[in-house]
Amino acid sequence: MSAQKITCSLTATTGLQETDSPLLPTRLMAILDSKTIIMGGGFAFIACVLVPILHLVLPVGHPLHLSDYFVTLIGKILCYAIVAVAFDLIWGYAGILSLGHGIFFALGGYAFGMYLMRGIGMDGNYHSHLPDFMVFLNWKSFPWYWVGSSHFLWALFLVIAVPALLALVFGFFAFRSRIRGVYFSIITQALTFACMLLFFRNETGFGGNNGFTDFKRILGYSITAPATRVTLFALSALMLLFTLFISRFLVTSKFGRVLTAIRDAESRVMFIGYNPVSFKLFIWTLSAVLCAIAGALYVPQVGIINPGEMSPANSIEIAIWVAVGGRGKLRGAVLGAFIVNLAKSWFTVSFPEYWLFFLGALFVLVTLYLPDGVVGLWEKTLHQLRRKGVTL
Amino acid sequence: MRIVTISLTLICLCLFIAARPVAALDSNLITRLASDDSDEKISAIHQLIEDDPAKAITILHALSDGQLALAGSRLIILNGDRASDAISGEKIETVPANTDAITINNRIRRIVATMLSSLDIFASDSKTRLNSARYLARNATFDSLPIIEKALQKETNPEIKNRLMVARSMASLGSSDAAVRLKAVAYLKNEATPATRQLLSALLVKNGDNWQEPDAAVRSTAQASLKEIDRKLAYGENLDRIFTGLSLGSLLLLAAMGLAITYGVMGIINMAHGELLMIGAYATYAVQAFFRLHFPEWINWYLPAALPCSFLAAAIVGMILERLVIRHLYGRPLETLLATWGLSLFLIQTVRTLFGAQNVEVANPVWMSGGITLLPSLVLPWNRIIIIGFAIAVLAGMWAILSLTRLGLFVRAVTQNRSMSGCLGVPTGKIDTLAFGLGAGIAGLGGLALSQVSNVGPDMGQGYIVDSFMVVVLGGVGQLAGAVWAALGLGVFSKILENWSGAVIAKIAVLVFIIVFIQKRPQGIFALKGRTVES
Amino acid sequence: MNTALFISGSSPSFTAAREGLHGKWEPMLEAEYVRIPPEAEGIDISHKVILYLEDITVSFDGFKALNALTLHIDAGELRCIIGPNGAGKTTMMDVVTGKTKPDTGTAFLGQSIDLLHLSEPEIAHAGIGRKFQKPTVFDQHTVFENLELAMKTSKSVWKTLFAHLDSEAKDRIAATIDLIRLKNEVYRPAGLLSHGQKQWLEIGMLLMQEPKLLLLDEPVAGMTDEETERTAELFLSLAGKHSLMVVEHDMAFIKQLGGKVTVLHEGSVLAEGSLSTVQNDQRVIEVYLGR
Repeated sequence: MSAQKITCSLTATTGLQETDSPLLPTRLMAILDSKTIIMGGGFAFIACVLVPILHLVLPVGHPLHLSDYFVTLIGKILCYAIVAVAFDLIWGYAGILSLGHGIFFALGGYAFGMYLMRGIGMDGNYHSHLPDFMVFLNWKSFPWYWVGSSHFLWALFLVIAVPALLALVFGFFAFRSRIRGVYFSIITQALTFACMLLFFRNETGFGGNNGFTDFKRILGYSITAPATRVTLFALSALMLLFTLFISRFLVTSKFGRVLTAIRDAESRVMFIGYNPVSFKLFIWTLSAVLCAIAGALYVPQVGIINPGEMSPANSIEIAIWVAVGGRGKLRGAVLGAFIVNLAKSWFTVSFPEYWLFFLGALFVLVTLYLPDGVVGLWEKTLHQLRRKGVTL
Repeated sequence: MRIVTISLTLICLCLFIAARPVAALDSNLITRLASDDSDEKISAIHQLIEDDPAKAITILHALSDGQLALAGSRLIILNGDRASDAISGEKIETVPANTDAITINNRIRRIVATMLSSLDIFASDSKTRLNSARYLARNATFDSLPIIEKALQKETNPEIKNRLMVARSMASLGSSDAAVRLKAVAYLKNEATPATRQLLSALLVKNGDNWQEPDAAVRSTAQASLKEIDRKLAYGENLDRIFTGLSLGSLLLLAAMGLAITYGVMGIINMAHGELLMIGAYATYAVQAFFRLHFPEWINWYLPAALPCSFLAAAIVGMILERLVIRHLYGRPLETLLATWGLSLFLIQTVRTLFGAQNVEVANPVWMSGGITLLPSLVLPWNRIIIIGFAIAVLAGMWAILSLTRLGLFVRAVTQNRSMSGCLGVPTGKIDTLAFGLGAGIAGLGGLALSQVSNVGPDMGQGYIVDSFMVVVLGGVGQLAGAVWAALGLGVFSKILENWSGAVIAKIAVLVFIIVFIQKRPQGIFALKGRTVES
Repeated sequence: MNTALFISGSSPSFTAAREGLHGKWEPMLEAEYVRIPPEAEGIDISHKVILYLEDITVSFDGFKALNALTLHIDAGELRCIIGPNGAGKTTMMDVVTGKTKPDTGTAFLGQSIDLLHLSEPEIAHAGIGRKFQKPTVFDQHTVFENLELAMKTSKSVWKTLFAHLDSEAKDRIAATIDLIRLKNEVYRPAGLLSHGQKQWLEIGMLLMQEPKLLLLDEPVAGMTDEETERTAELFLSLAGKHSLMVVEHDMAFIKQLGGKVTVLHEGSVLAEGSLSTVQNDQRVIEVYLGR
């Protein structure tokens, strides 16, 4: 007996308790309450208007001038925040701890990096139409997967399609055979480790050890120009807002409730008729795509992408951003990305030898004492204050 | 090391031989030796060896060192401002005025060097003779043929004889008699080494219209021998690959065995496992440094002393981690994973601060160098054999602890039903700590083994963590036997793949293989079935 | 053991029915169509049997949890399954719900749905609901959300993304909440409920699923006598419209249900009949009282 036939007939006979399209606006209204709109609007204003003015218009030396370093740093952390939110979707809500999310970030970065490499044109050290590393390896032409990478739109397509395809294929096999929990974490770690080894190879055609760097321009604009910098900054901020919006929509929908149900009691979910594989696969692939977009925004801002981004250590660090902020809370993910990365840039400048101690301690202390992260702590404190009659 | 031994025996031998009664040397020979004509000199050298191999050693040594001189009709050896008679060995107080140094060119120097090493073939000590015969079997040229023939006449030891036969065949290739060459070429098929292979294939090279080997029959025999050698070489190479694979597998096993307890049996996902290996390796390094400083004469035996040290160092660190952190996270695997990762960062940075970020040097003891020659083309190095043996010993020890001791019984009880064991009076907390310490200690032993074959540095653990987990996952959680098969299988599999595709691709292929394998058997090779599995 | 003697072979009626389906197609009388309950759409119960288990064997490392088990449940029947620990009751439910694939044998829902080739969610869609031995509800979700998730509706990813509760659905949830008496706990996380309340919530979720066949593994464990009695009443009211298979150790409860009782022992059926029949069966007494 064919399973499909039965499922089809059952769907056909299902009642109409739930409808979709006419009520979609209502759903959108529900997640876009006035507080959210004000906060989101304010954030967009700061990122798209205030920061460009403070960076471009005010002269260097003015007390309110934002330095190159600052704009690049925050722009970078905005990309990390997107990754953190994407990571929170799968870990906080679906209970899937991926230790290989760096791979999607890096793939997005590499896909866009290919476009940026083509943008160097003949300005490389060897004045060839090929990137320097290919000249160095004595290659005569681009390998097949570089075809079309000089087109911006194709590059954007690759940014999304390649990680999505990898996530889809890997996720399908992993979820189908019910690899979950720690098993899944270890397998994803192995995956990113294998990819890192692969990208370290020169013959892979991605620049080996050094990866892609020395970018010159993006869409014809100089990549080091201040205007380009603030544009990328604003785009990262808007992308973060968009990510938050989509994520909010997802986690407040019935889909989100099924996800958390899968996290808490997967077999029960199966026995009431949901197929966890498709739910996990959807959120997993979406999360991978969001990471990839973040990677694509990240590369032009920092000016380099190399296989180090795929190292297991990088991927596991994403988990600590989310854990510090508070897993299962979208705000927490953003906050965590900012806290940890600001701390990292401060430590690596001031006390490089203590950074690993700090990071290690963070991993231990947060899991032991802050299971709900900073946001959870804040909510708990607020709750206790309210109970004591204090209003804020 | 080997060079030292050989030269030592050589020196002893020289002394020994020098003490023997002297036979008179033909004065004609002495004149020829001092002759300016190289061919004359060479024939004199040959005759010298024929006449009195023992005497020849001293003279040839002096000749190659440029210390041999002719004082009238007397052959003397000059050593700084001292001089002695080359033949009688008696001291000469004043160096005669008419001394004329005997000079040699490079061609003669080479021949003399070969002769010198082949002359050991006449030693009375069979070990020295064997070494010399081996040397000849690798380096024999037509020039050494007389020596070989002579030695063959006297030799009774079958092994040495066998080497000499090979050497004779190799030397005979230079003969002008095609029949001799044919015999030699045919015999050489028994000697499957890359060197023989090269010799034979050189015969089959065509220079313009002329074959290197003019005789067609010799060529076709050489072709057949070559084929035979290739077959044997491939066989040896495959064996070698399997053996290297096994030893790699034992290393993997040693690295993963601790994990088989902490993760497999106790269910604790310990990402700092690699760092426990690293601590074991550093403990070995520390013991070595201690020996260098205080007992330099015992330095070769630092490893046995490092055994308990590396075990205890890792076990103590492990127990501290368990007490301080891991115990508070039981039942929360993902949190444990993150916290132990944090611990691993902590340990790495601590070691970096204490020992520096550079790799440290851990030397192999002398008794681990060398190896067993199984086939001419297959040498099993001692360090690999010892590591395989060590893995077996650790495995046996671990099995004994887990299944024969009270601690093992308690560990199994606690992991199966914690609350029930608690009710029955098993001190569950203490058992957890001890079991984790045991796993950590075994990781420390793994670190000791790793220190013998790979770099020891603060980051070394990171490279093993993925591999170790793969072994445990592939073998099936909680299955010691599974871990063993998985480790050995992975080792051999990746070594064989490496030959095909290079190390990195092999590594990737192995990871992909595991991912695919888990699809088919999510519970590993040795799957536990039943309704308790899922919960 | 002599259990082998009591394994019932493939029953003649079953064989006939299957031939009717897969062999020559025999047109049915119109009267038979009328007798199919309207809620049994998709399941062909033209032969008045909803579940066929035929010759099912499941072995775990040599141990046979089910040994050539053959069992039929009629449409609308309330069947009780008893048996000592390790008799294979839970394993049987695992087979029916797709969690465990048997080594041999066949399992059909109605005449046409081969359960062995469906996944757990597909089996749930086909109309089998299951309550676990240990109550499993979604602890982090409220009682309301638990019921909402269980409700019979399209369960594809896309539909859940844009799903919205209409008033009819809300009414149905409210009615179920009334039935399971959790009116005061609607917005409490299910994790905070008592054991008995969780049992009820799980039964409520099962009802929201509108299954044709309910598998209930020890549904009254941890309930008070009063709750047990109400559960029995609920099950009795469900029987007829639904088919129920109840695994229980509580004999009083089984007596209350009053349906046919099947005794499992060492993975096969030992005896079948009314409670009093099996209670007087010499073999059953032997198995329960020990040898």
